[in-house]
Amino acid sequence: MTIEKKNWPLWEVFIRGKQGLNHKHVGSLRASDSVMAIKNARDVYTRRAEGISIWVVPSNMISASDPCDEESLFEPSQSKVYRHPTFYDVPDGISHM
Amino acid sequence: MEKVDNKDLEKKFQEKIDQDIKIEPNDWMPDNYRDTLIRQISQHAHSEVVGMLPEGNWITRAPNLRRKAVLLAKVQDEAGHGLYLYSAVETLGADREDTIDDLHSGKAKYSSIFNYPTLTWADMGAIGWLVDGAAIMNQVPLCRCSYGPYARAMVRVCKEESFHQRQGFEVMTKLAAGTPEQKEMAQDALNRFWWPALMMFGPNDADSKHTEQSMKWKIKRHTNDELRQQFVNVTVPQAEMIGLTVPDKDIKWNDSKNGYDFGAINWDEFWQVVGGNGPCNQERVEARRKAKENGSWVVEAAAAFANKRMKKTA
Repeated sequence: MTIEKKNWPLWEVFIRGKQGLNHKHVGSLRASDSVMAIKNARDVYTRRAEGISIWVVPSNMISASDPCDEESLFEPSQSKVYRHPTFYDVPDGISHM
Repeated sequence: MEKVDNKDLEKKFQEKIDQDIKIEPNDWMPDNYRDTLIRQISQHAHSEVVGMLPEGNWITRAPNLRRKAVLLAKVQDEAGHGLYLYSAVETLGADREDTIDDLHSGKAKYSSIFNYPTLTWADMGAIGWLVDGAAIMNQVPLCRCSYGPYARAMVRVCKEESFHQRQGFEVMTKLAAGTPEQKEMAQDALNRFWWPALMMFGPNDADSKHTEQSMKWKIKRHTNDELRQQFVNVTVPQAEMIGLTVPDKDIKWNDSKNGYDFGAINWDEFWQVVGGNGPCNQERVEARRKAKENGSWVVEAAAAFANKRMKKTA
């Protein structure tokens, strides 16, 4: 990969709000390398104590599912109600289940 | 390959919008929807960035350290808002630098309010109170905009904008309660920024060419006149409360519409400023152009450094 002069690469930014939480996608920014991307992410996305940890990932390294495949990918899980505990009858008087 | 029927896609798209399902970057969308958003979001981004200039003018001359720290933080926020929005516009496939070059060539517009000069310290109060106040009116409904990345950027912006308005109102309150000269300065700032602030909502509904389609696409949720009326309704009592007078002799409470009647806006002035003939249009664009030119060596040097390091580690 060579960086062109006109546009620095695009990075996706993920922030961990506090210990115990997942990193969550918050947006993107441009930077020449990962060190600058983290510094810029600090300035752009954590001016009000929004996080304690930052991940940056080059946007072109992310593979995404195609919205056109939404049905074939996710519809099967809609019909499998037996995966949810509410599908089952629990007799009255049974607890801790 | 299956032949894709655009009519069918468009129908499905509008159904999603009608059901308040957000549109995300990779979803199919009509070209006009994409173009409208690219235009609107990039111009919104430019407004945030150009908006730093009138206030940057007073950072070194803030009356005390507290005001200086606050103004500096506010201007930094505006830069951040510009960056959230340029990111959002890139999700639509627009090239960030191209949109910025459109600003510099005069092809893209930005909010006309920033073509007015900031003559006194009180203007920092008037801008925070009125200009950020009007921006909030505009931006709160945009948090529910149909395009996901724009809506999410607006949520962040609105959270931060509220401090901007309060700090401005605080400046005005202090000046209005100060010496006669200070009060006069506050009133003068209100006089100069009141009408341009009302113009920020854009032309009257009858003359707004984009409103109807944008409302159908739920990019826009309220018309220009609705938002303007709402702004007048909340702002007039705020002025009264701190002993200042809105410069409009036609302001009068109207029970039947549960809002204030107000005087006619000078649309000729509005179109002049939009058309490039405001007091500071050239100065603003020139400052942006110079900033890009003077900073280009940094952009190139950082790219060269990153390329060199990648070669070494490869």
